[in-house]
Amino acid sequence: MRYTRSSTMLSVAAIAVLALSACGSDTDSSSDGGGGGDTEAVIVVDGSEPQNPLIPTSTNEVGGGAILDLVFAGLVSYDADGKSQNEVAESIETEDAQNYTITLKEGKTFTNGDPVTASSFVDAWNYGAAAKNAQLSSYFFESIEGYDEASAEGSTVETMSGLEVVDDQTFTVKLAQPESDWPLRLGYSAFYPLPAVAFEDTAAFGENPIGNGPYMFASDGAWQHNQQIELVPNDEYEGPQEAQNGGITFKIYQNDTTAYQDLVSDNLDVLKTIPTSDIKNFKNDLGERSIESPYAGNQTIAIPYYLPNWDGEAGKLRRQALSMAINRDEITEVIFSNGREPAKEFTAPVLDGFNPDLPGSENLEFNPDEAKKLWEQAEELEPYDESEPLTIGYNADKGDHKTWVEAVVNNIKNNLDIEISGKPYATFKEARTDATDEKLTGALRSGWQADYPSLYNFLGPIYATGAGSNDARYSNPDFDEKLTEGLAADSVEEGNEMMNEAQEMILEDLPAIPLWYQVAQGGWSNNVDGVEFGWNGVPLYYAITGK
Amino acid sequence: MTWYIVRRFLQMIPVFLGATLLVYFLVFSLPGDATAAICGDRGCTPAVVAGLREQYNLDEPFFVQYLLYLKGVLTFDLGTNFSGRPIATIIAEVFPTTAKLALMALVLEAVFGIVFGLVAGLRKGKLFDSSVLVLSLVVIAVPIFVLGFLMQFLIGVKLQWTNPTVSGDATFTELLLPAVVLGLVSFAYVLRLTRTSIIENVNADYVRTATAKGLSRKRVVVVHVLRNSLIPVVTFLGADLGALMGGAIVTEGIFNVNGVGNTLYRAVLNGDGPMVVSIVTFLILIFVLANLLVDLLYAWLDPRIRYA
Repeated sequence: MRYTRSSTMLSVAAIAVLALSACGSDTDSSSDGGGGGDTEAVIVVDGSEPQNPLIPTSTNEVGGGAILDLVFAGLVSYDADGKSQNEVAESIETEDAQNYTITLKEGKTFTNGDPVTASSFVDAWNYGAAAKNAQLSSYFFESIEGYDEASAEGSTVETMSGLEVVDDQTFTVKLAQPESDWPLRLGYSAFYPLPAVAFEDTAAFGENPIGNGPYMFASDGAWQHNQQIELVPNDEYEGPQEAQNGGITFKIYQNDTTAYQDLVSDNLDVLKTIPTSDIKNFKNDLGERSIESPYAGNQTIAIPYYLPNWDGEAGKLRRQALSMAINRDEITEVIFSNGREPAKEFTAPVLDGFNPDLPGSENLEFNPDEAKKLWEQAEELEPYDESEPLTIGYNADKGDHKTWVEAVVNNIKNNLDIEISGKPYATFKEARTDATDEKLTGALRSGWQADYPSLYNFLGPIYATGAGSNDARYSNPDFDEKLTEGLAADSVEEGNEMMNEAQEMILEDLPAIPLWYQVAQGGWSNNVDGVEFGWNGVPLYYAITGK
Repeated sequence: MTWYIVRRFLQMIPVFLGATLLVYFLVFSLPGDATAAICGDRGCTPAVVAGLREQYNLDEPFFVQYLLYLKGVLTFDLGTNFSGRPIATIIAEVFPTTAKLALMALVLEAVFGIVFGLVAGLRKGKLFDSSVLVLSLVVIAVPIFVLGFLMQFLIGVKLQWTNPTVSGDATFTELLLPAVVLGLVSFAYVLRLTRTSIIENVNADYVRTATAKGLSRKRVVVVHVLRNSLIPVVTFLGADLGALMGGAIVTEGIFNVNGVGNTLYRAVLNGDGPMVVSIVTFLILIFVLANLLVDLLYAWLDPRIRYA
């Protein structure tokens, strides 16, 4: 047979395809073929030093969280839009939102060859909840029956009564009360499974974790502290987050400004946070290689009820006045170059059930005349104690909060004509200590980033009576009851409606004043393709390819 | 001489005790609860906070905490930092990098400072002298982080002669740019010190004698003028080594060097007492040793100085 031009081309193409698939391990999914990206490239991304050993239940910050999310796979994971999808779970079934039966997929293994079984989950969760292990994320298990006994101070109980292993592939969970959004939480890192070896020497395991996720440590000691963490694809992994590249190396930076210099000189492939000093020009510097992507986080100012001017009916009117005196549109435009979205309620727009038009949302709109009127009404009820002028506290060690706090202060000062000032705390821990000990002398700024994509995550932990992050010490039985009802609803949709009804109450009371929603501003180098940010503002590392 | 050195080493013991006590107390009195830094935005449950306090001896009064730390040091166990890592390991990781950086900066500033200062001093009032004086004034006046960012941008990003940041290996070539930035300000001081000292000494009697003896100009300048002029410069360099080791926070931050300065900065923010004290103690020991070395150098530079 004579070779025609086209058949030569075809055979070249065929050889190329063969060569690609030969070295491309078992990435047989069709999606990566079309893009033409290099699936063997090692991607260098920015990271921060994990603050704790890499054990899922003792990691409570983003630096360690980003690594865990790649090394482990939970029962479910979240796609780019925050929709939950089954990962290790075959099914999660319940009839009453209180008793769950969880079945695992067959044949899943950890990278040391151990199978992922029901005990891998149950043992890891029990370990996380038990007080004697002092795990930072223990409260994530609070819904499970028996958590109170296991987590009480000084308790020696090591298991939660609500967890029961049925067989290798099945376990049951009994919650203390019905919670319809509970399965949504199972993609959060605290709920990841652990292999048996983890419990033998947790400190050593935290240095070189063995997981079941799309990536694994390149070798023992791949975590070079304060320098980099090298991850390579886990060939055994099958699931929605299959690696499209030859590995992810987290390069650890002490500050974003330095990382940005590395990005523009192509020494770094992906930067997830543009430093404040470059917000104005990063779109010019990077052009097509920049991204702005809203994520599930917001910024608020909490005003404690134990401050004299801010309690009762007069306090409520004053809170509304403050909120209406802030020109959110102007601040997000001028200070953040539209890198934030003005808040319409207390959660975030990327979530299911988000509703920007709730009754009471007008309290978050700029309206200086109404603000002045409300303030005067409050004065009639109870004159403002000027010996204690309001301050807005912020921590000056991380993140650039000073600029916007000053802008908010000026807004309020100009529109309400009252004494108010910013109050810098030297360190984050100083601010947190004051908040925990109820020693705040003014309002405190507070950023919240969702752990799992649910409205409740923005409401329960912050505004429920006695909740861990309730800096304002807000307490409203009606609100608490609505939350409980919402959790017990038959479906997440129905639950969301009740969550929004609960939101109407706090939109009226304003225990905290919502300011804006977070938007991830990031960029990538000339060497990579396919950079997309997820619902939580973290790039979808597994989907990035080389060029 | 030997007795002198032994005595100096014995003097380090009270310095060590005093310094650790003072630094430990300062970190202890920083406002804010150390567990709040560990727990982060979300806070921990009271049971977890209690567990953490017990783990790091935070529930003990100040003196008990300090004595527990001291006991650890004397048994060669520096304990762990708030991330649960052994402090000795961390120090072993970061000290070599910073030592390399500081020594490179020291050598650069000493060599260039002394040579430029010597030439400028000998040609007082000439074009070279006036221009290096202006240059050194500019270097001293401009804040170090401006110089750092500027040089990083020009050399690392625009010209791409070197990477803008230092990798984990911290190789000689990578550290060159940060070392230049770190040594720049001291270079200007060394230059000015040497110049002034040289100008004073060229007119000294012994120099006139040496010239009258018929020694070559080169020998007069190097052996008589320069050697005698180096005493204030060596004093400065000795003290500067300590400053370079601990004071590189800004430079290390700009070039992302995983060194002592960065580690110390993070530890202070977190209120991580044992970590801060261990690093500061090491810095103090280096400082004391460098000063001892300077004192011994005096005797070599000026035979009139004797130790007994």
